[in-house]
Amino acid sequence: MIQLKVNGTEQSFSGDPDMPLLWYLRDVLGLTGSKFGCGIGLCGACTVHVNGQATRSCVTAMQGTAGKDITTVEGLEQNGLHAVQKAWMQINVPQCGYCQVGQIMQAAALLKSNKKPTDQEIDDAMSGNICRCGTYQRIRVAIKTAAEEMA
Amino acid sequence: MSSIENASRRKFLTGGVVVAGALVLGVRYTPKILSGATLPHNTNADRAKLNPSVYLGIDPDGTVWIVASRSEMGTTSRTTLPLIVADELDADWNRVKIEQAIGDKRYGDQFTDGSHSIRSFYDAMREAGATARFMLIQAAAKQWGVPPAECETELHVVVHRSTNRRAGYGELTRAAAKFPIPAREELKLKPKSAWRYIGKGHVSYDLEALVTGKAIYGMDARVDGMVYASVERPPVIGGRVKSFDDTEALKVAGVHQTVPIDPYRPPPAFQPLGGIAVIADNTWAAFQGRKKLNISWDNGPNETYNSDAYKNELRETSHNPCKVARNIGDADAVFAKGGKVHEADYYVPLLAHAAMEPLVALAEFKDGKATLWAPTQSPQTVQDIVSQELGIAKEDVICHVTLLGGGFGRKSKPDYCAEAAILSKKVGLPVKVVWTREDDIKFDYYNAVASMYMKAALGANGKPTAWLQRSVFPPITSIFDVNAVYGDPPPLQQGWTDIPYDLPNLRVENGPAKAHVRIGWLRSVANIYHAFAIQCFTDDLAHAADRDPADYLLDLIGEPRTIDFNGVEYPNYGASLETYPWETGRLRHVTEMVAEKSEWGKRKHAKGSGVGIAAHRCFLTYVATVVEVEVNDQGEVRIPRVDMVLDAGRVVNPEATRAQFEGAAVFGTSVVRSGEITATNGVIDQSNFQDYPVARMGEVPSQTNVYIVDSDAPPGGVGEPGVPPFIAAFCNAIFAATGKRLRDLPISKLGFS
Repeated sequence: MIQLKVNGTEQSFSGDPDMPLLWYLRDVLGLTGSKFGCGIGLCGACTVHVNGQATRSCVTAMQGTAGKDITTVEGLEQNGLHAVQKAWMQINVPQCGYCQVGQIMQAAALLKSNKKPTDQEIDDAMSGNICRCGTYQRIRVAIKTAAEEMA
Repeated sequence: MSSIENASRRKFLTGGVVVAGALVLGVRYTPKILSGATLPHNTNADRAKLNPSVYLGIDPDGTVWIVASRSEMGTTSRTTLPLIVADELDADWNRVKIEQAIGDKRYGDQFTDGSHSIRSFYDAMREAGATARFMLIQAAAKQWGVPPAECETELHVVVHRSTNRRAGYGELTRAAAKFPIPAREELKLKPKSAWRYIGKGHVSYDLEALVTGKAIYGMDARVDGMVYASVERPPVIGGRVKSFDDTEALKVAGVHQTVPIDPYRPPPAFQPLGGIAVIADNTWAAFQGRKKLNISWDNGPNETYNSDAYKNELRETSHNPCKVARNIGDADAVFAKGGKVHEADYYVPLLAHAAMEPLVALAEFKDGKATLWAPTQSPQTVQDIVSQELGIAKEDVICHVTLLGGGFGRKSKPDYCAEAAILSKKVGLPVKVVWTREDDIKFDYYNAVASMYMKAALGANGKPTAWLQRSVFPPITSIFDVNAVYGDPPPLQQGWTDIPYDLPNLRVENGPAKAHVRIGWLRSVANIYHAFAIQCFTDDLAHAADRDPADYLLDLIGEPRTIDFNGVEYPNYGASLETYPWETGRLRHVTEMVAEKSEWGKRKHAKGSGVGIAAHRCFLTYVATVVEVEVNDQGEVRIPRVDMVLDAGRVVNPEATRAQFEGAAVFGTSVVRSGEITATNGVIDQSNFQDYPVARMGEVPSQTNVYIVDSDAPPGGVGEPGVPPFIAAFCNAIFAATGKRLRDLPISKLGFS
């Protein structure tokens, strides 16, 4: 039995300990905000926070989540929208939107550790998150907008 | 265009008025996914009190229901088309609710492909809104005893100014529904000066849902009691299962059963590829069970397909006379005279779509009917293939369209939907088929691999006196006819037969190529390789002639004229040449404008830095692009700046249009940098983003400036036209920066990264 916390709620899991966190969140808990994109940690669509760190949930086995605090987009902000989400709306970032939750979770983790990232730091932090529609230019602007909002 | 009729009256007359009660209300106000059996065909728009069109309904509380009949994959058409309705209705956008249509021919064409949602439905949307507005005015005028002509509308309200009377749309719905539907001639469309939304645009209706994870894509669809499936398909297209052993697969916790799917009967069209499906409690268990399958395959005739040998075959074909698609004068006679003749080969490999959401579909077969929830670009095609595969009537296939996590043309081919429906029928439960990324890359309908041979004789001032171009590629029609080897007019119109240059001697040819994988539409389609060849060859010639590439390009485009397609079968993307003539003046204009906006020839470029230009018309939109690159000694390429000018006629949603062109630069970056699918012995070599890389943040243009030409011409497409000229301009820029000609894509094979 694996005990973990998801968005502040205690959960226990007794299934296959090799099951990636992503499928536990999506298929077992029904939290479908985190997306399946590649299954091998190359695209970032599945990004969640594990103890505050941006983590690819598609390659994080359930056995590694014991005692951990998991935050998904559904739990990113308790009151309304997170500053990153607001900035994403203000800059009108999404096209299809499928990757955007992962992008937002990655950006939120970046801004937690770096209040005022440079272009290079943004590129480095976000390079694991693919957007096939090509919204990167707006993502960069939105991260700076959120950084100002949070300052 | 579907005809407008008064559905509320029709229902009354046929006694079919609203099945009142909890069921309807439940569905009406609970937008969650319910079991298929309880889902009605009708929309809230249909059930609204005033319902003069399949696209529109208004309720007594003033809620305006607008039906989005086309699919949303990121282009914002789900928002932009309803905006047109709302504008003609003079509706308050905040009181508009958008509903997604199921697949149903009453909406007309729902095939969301070919960048034509706006142009094909612009008039229909305006008429739908104007019809309702007309009826609301009639109702108010009658109520007030004044002539309708004295009434006007003002954001959700009908107004009679001289008596200062006002009535909200909601309170007028009942009375308005009693009036007959006006004839089209009676409608008075708003003048441009009165437009609220057209030309101003709006952000996506779904924006907040998209950033909070609440948006429902196909991957997120769920129904009670559903099981998950993952399918092991024949590794070579056209192969089949010889034998299989599922003993170990069935031992995996959560796996229920395995189910064979029959191979397709040629031609493949949109049939499933066949294979063995593993059915399980959850996606992960299905994936794990699948890995334990032991299958012996019969690979079939495509086992001999190898990309390297195939490339040589295409090239060889292109070096010999092929089928003539367009001819002016006598190019051969000029070449025979000798003089300065240039020739070059260009090559673009197979490309995969790799939308961020891998293919997925949920189906429930019950009581002889199939209900699907799918991220599809074409729900009516889903109805066709599912009815064919299950042997049921098309009307018994209900296809709900979820949001699409990208499409780019792949999700218009519903083989994955057919898999889900077949499995649900066999298993007796709702089944969700989830493709892995590896499946998505290996079992795509690829953009065709193409080889282009170009030849030109240069005369005075370096201008071509004769021009020959041959393209050879396996055609899309091969998925419907296994013997099809030539490009038919639809791909040849895409930047090939419509080469816009003013040339005295021109021959356009196309050669045969047999397909060994499924070929399909991908964003911009044949324009990708045709524009690459023509626009890079133009740059080649400019340098051969020692001319400035922008001046040279303008010189070749020549004076403004309308291209004469006499004797050429030119489909013009399904639009008439009267309404959408091919005007070289518009291409010239965007080219001049992009040169000006990018300060072409005015900025100094350091060593290793340079700019490239290209211009192209496709999907009825004219685009010119300038790309600036920096290349260091290690061959690492940066893209500091891109300028794009587009003339798409009337642009309804400028913000969404800019986003499409920004995205096109990124999509094009992926094609140029690393886009390549290859096969060895018929098996696709690539599998995921490590071997089919797509552009990441640091690799894309740092700054993409998009300029929209102000125009009242009929609307053109905006989803696809940005890609082809970007690709060519990018390659031309690398030449300018390094002196290296890039004629074979991708450039990762040529020492660049």
